Amino acid sequence: MQLIYEKSVAGRRGVKLPLSDVPAAAALPEKLLRKASAALPEVSELDLVRHFTNLSRRNYSLDTNFYPLGSCTMKYNAKVLENAAVLFAPFHPMTALLPGGVEFCQGNLGMLYDLGQMLADITGMDEVTTQPLAGAQGEMTGILLISAYHRAKGNKKKYVVVPDSSHGTNPASAAIAGYEIITVPTAPYGDMDIELFKKAMTDEVAAVMMTCPNTLGLFNPHIKEISDIAHSHDALMYYDGANLNAIMGKVKPGDVGFDVIHVNLHKTFATPHGGGGPGSGPVGVKKALIPFLPQPRIVMDDDGKFLLEDQKSVSIGRTANFFGNFAVMARAYAYIIMLGREGLIQVSEQAVLNANYIKERLKAYYDLPYDMICMHECVFSASKQLEHGVHAIDIAKYLIDKGYHPPTVYFPLIVKEAIMIEPTETESKATMDAFIEVMIEAAIAAETNPQLLRDAPVTTPVGRLDETKAAREQNVCCIG
Amino acid sequence: MNDSHYCPHTPQEISEMLSVIGVASVEELFSPIPAELRAKTFNIPPGLSEFETFDRMKSIAAESSGDMLAFVGGGYYDHIIPAAIDHLSGRAEFYTAYTPYQPECSQGTLQALFEYQTAICRLTGMAVSNASLYDGGTACAEAAMMALRVTGRNKIIIDGCVNPFSRQVLKTYLYNLDVEVVEIAPLDGLLNRDELAGLLDESVAAVLVQNPNFFGCVDEFSALSQQIHAVQALLIASVYPISLGLLKSPGEMGVDITVGDGQSLGNPLSFGGPSFGFIAAQKAYIRNMPGRIIGETVDKQGRRGFVLTLQAREQHIKRHKATSNICSNQGLCALRGLIFLSSVGRQGLVDLARLNRDKAEYAKARLVEIPGVTVLQSAATFNEFTIFLPKPADGVVKELLKKDILAGVPLGQYYQCSENCLVVTVTEKRSKKEIDRLVRELEVAICN
Amino acid sequence: MATMYFTKEHEWVKVKEGIGAIGISEHAAHELGDITFVELPKIGKTVKQFDVLAAIESVKAASDIYAPLSGKVIKINEALDDAPEIVNESAEDAGWLAWIEIADETELKNLMTHDQYNEYLKTL
Repeated sequence: MQLIYEKSVAGRRGVKLPLSDVPAAAALPEKLLRKASAALPEVSELDLVRHFTNLSRRNYSLDTNFYPLGSCTMKYNAKVLENAAVLFAPFHPMTALLPGGVEFCQGNLGMLYDLGQMLADITGMDEVTTQPLAGAQGEMTGILLISAYHRAKGNKKKYVVVPDSSHGTNPASAAIAGYEIITVPTAPYGDMDIELFKKAMTDEVAAVMMTCPNTLGLFNPHIKEISDIAHSHDALMYYDGANLNAIMGKVKPGDVGFDVIHVNLHKTFATPHGGGGPGSGPVGVKKALIPFLPQPRIVMDDDGKFLLEDQKSVSIGRTANFFGNFAVMARAYAYIIMLGREGLIQVSEQAVLNANYIKERLKAYYDLPYDMICMHECVFSASKQLEHGVHAIDIAKYLIDKGYHPPTVYFPLIVKEAIMIEPTETESKATMDAFIEVMIEAAIAAETNPQLLRDAPVTTPVGRLDETKAAREQNVCCIG
Repeated sequence: MNDSHYCPHTPQEISEMLSVIGVASVEELFSPIPAELRAKTFNIPPGLSEFETFDRMKSIAAESSGDMLAFVGGGYYDHIIPAAIDHLSGRAEFYTAYTPYQPECSQGTLQALFEYQTAICRLTGMAVSNASLYDGGTACAEAAMMALRVTGRNKIIIDGCVNPFSRQVLKTYLYNLDVEVVEIAPLDGLLNRDELAGLLDESVAAVLVQNPNFFGCVDEFSALSQQIHAVQALLIASVYPISLGLLKSPGEMGVDITVGDGQSLGNPLSFGGPSFGFIAAQKAYIRNMPGRIIGETVDKQGRRGFVLTLQAREQHIKRHKATSNICSNQGLCALRGLIFLSSVGRQGLVDLARLNRDKAEYAKARLVEIPGVTVLQSAATFNEFTIFLPKPADGVVKELLKKDILAGVPLGQYYQCSENCLVVTVTEKRSKKEIDRLVRELEVAICN
Repeated sequence: MATMYFTKEHEWVKVKEGIGAIGISEHAAHELGDITFVELPKIGKTVKQFDVLAAIESVKAASDIYAPLSGKVIKINEALDDAPEIVNESAEDAGWLAWIEIADETELKNLMTHDQYNEYLKTL
């Protein structure tokens, strides 16, 4: 398909601008002006609409295809949440920051406050900041809060401990927050090796970052012991909330020893993923960390009025220019009040039911390195298929031809040829059964006709792309 | 039981699935969680119907005032949003997809983001752009960290004329790193060049400036960039994309890394988010860029296609050595930015920028007719400018809030000795009539 | 004739008259897949044995390259900037990364000979 720049015709326009009702201003000095206008597209509105409509048709999406992308919680995004979010489109965020402005923003600030309260209840935390803009930024915020805590106590800390199954964002966020990383291997039972963990723990450890259930979809039964050990070194426990969808109403991270948590609203709380974002990553903390939360902090006074508190002295500062991805949070808020207590419990129950169902139905065909009850996702290995020269990526491409978005492949890094499947609670048994059949077909084809898998996909606008060429040539913008 | 229509199984199906798994109940699936760790309370209120949910959201929205007449900016601007943007970006195929890890079934997102990168490069005069960051403030922070990596130095100089929120975000990112941040107090609404000259040496990684700056003043950085390059430091400029319809591009001034907030490009105000941050740089720095980058390539049959490229920079591969921790970005908002720029188009952006300036100049001329009101700086401005009032701006702004007017951003809480200063923003959306109303109400508030 | 030694991390060093040419083994180049970028050290940089010397990226991996011996970098293979694929094509010859002035030849005792390395590969 042509680029929009290739469809451009000089002089065309896609929208009519407002007419001027004021006199033209005197020109700016020449030295402040650009020499030539930016070569942006010049297309009619219909050209524009066709271009982007046809581009969209080259995507698989949740609304068009089953999307069992492990670790990403691609659950259905209810349409009413969209209707709710646009209600907030006209509000200028500066309003709240003007003198006396909070009076005019009580609904919006109150919603953020209530969302924080509900997330605090779900996660067992004492207070939640809604400012972080995505999960990874939530992680960085959380580790910065931990560093502020240690700083205030005069603790000298150098390290953050992560299991080797962790998301890459965990060590990356801890590094930005100024720590060196200690990685603890996974034991044969599928969780961080507790003996090696004990050896890694010293008084120089600032925090332990865990995903629980972990990226293998397993709940760590030693979690309380781990947090007790961490606390004995005055290290704090950080909970990566990427997998919260499995445990709502069942277990609260705050109850099992976690001190700081981030929540991915675009995962557990059903806000659309938007082709890569926006997300939203509120961070919850225990009492001891509240003073360090990002400012401005939304608080409620005795009269039930919402205020912005800005005490810069000990706070880590600000993680976003305003109040976070507000419209994303409006969707998450609507989702939580709509599902309610029972609905959220049901979400976790059926997410876990669905993952275990797929795991049981496929384990005769694919190697299951950790064969036990899983939580919301299951991780297979294509090691049996590799004996026939078929990689996880080949199975993924075959699934594309069959109309499925592939599971996550090659993550977690600790499973060779990993295939990580997260069906979510919103998928029906019929959808999963059809997917399972195709996965079985793929396993059979790996033995009988491996070339079929290696040649896939053939139904898409392009076949497998030359990633080496892309990385070597670095054509990242269209010269024109 | 609250039968959620988002959990579709019938009791019959659930029991079939349980028997396949070989457990007696759904509860048994939670047996890996030790009993003593199980949640003892769960106080979320009972659920609502779809209708009730929407009704509740409407009443929340109604508790805030959304129809205020906005003469405020501060990084977020009330611009037109062409109707096509909601419809096109709202297509489920864009909206409900995720990061394009599987390029064959994600060419829509990938090509759109490649076109976005191209638009950002052309707008800023830079060679390479990524596929978006979170917002303008975090883009400043990422650019600073990029400069630290490129130069191997650990000092960042920030012009105090940069948006104070962005400066705070940058400092938060560097909070626990061994990096010195030096802020230069503004001089007459512009960068204090003498002070900067005294600070520039080979310990400096980068200098961050903004154009137009927080006061609305427009500057020119060509000579500055040469001065900065003379000590092998980098110049980072934060820019307001709409202004680039008229103003000299960062590329023309020798800027090394350009950042900014993309809200003004087709994203609603939405009480502060989501928008997107953009970052673009000279080609030499591409490997130090944060976040996703889309690259062009071909398939085996030679057909053009797009992929996530240079992924070895990123957290999912390089973990603690990654160029950034960013994973999810603001892809959908960047798509809106691309559709905005494509809809307005080449000449349209020039016209739009001119319209903003014309309206602002008209407002400026009218406001200084109020006795005691003066324009604070002599520098040229785009669509924002700072005025000096004969009384503290806070009280005046409070008065105008009561008239549903956001009169501007008082500078008192951001700069010393600025209690009487007000930054006024006028976009193309403000009619002459509305501007005249602002002038009238401001005059009343000042004279009372 | 220079003698070639290997590390467990799959770097090699060819030693001749106090100078060491350094690269990665053919085995390592094959494992990495198509190499897309080689980050070379700066000339004049001094490294200790087994410190990070360079980095190599392929499409989906990034690997640090460690110095087989302590020393000072005196020459780098600039051809790799434009053509990193040379490392895939000729890992143990034209795909060399850097030359160092060897600080301490007794460190050679910590390295493997070609034969020992081949034996080592069989154990992986």
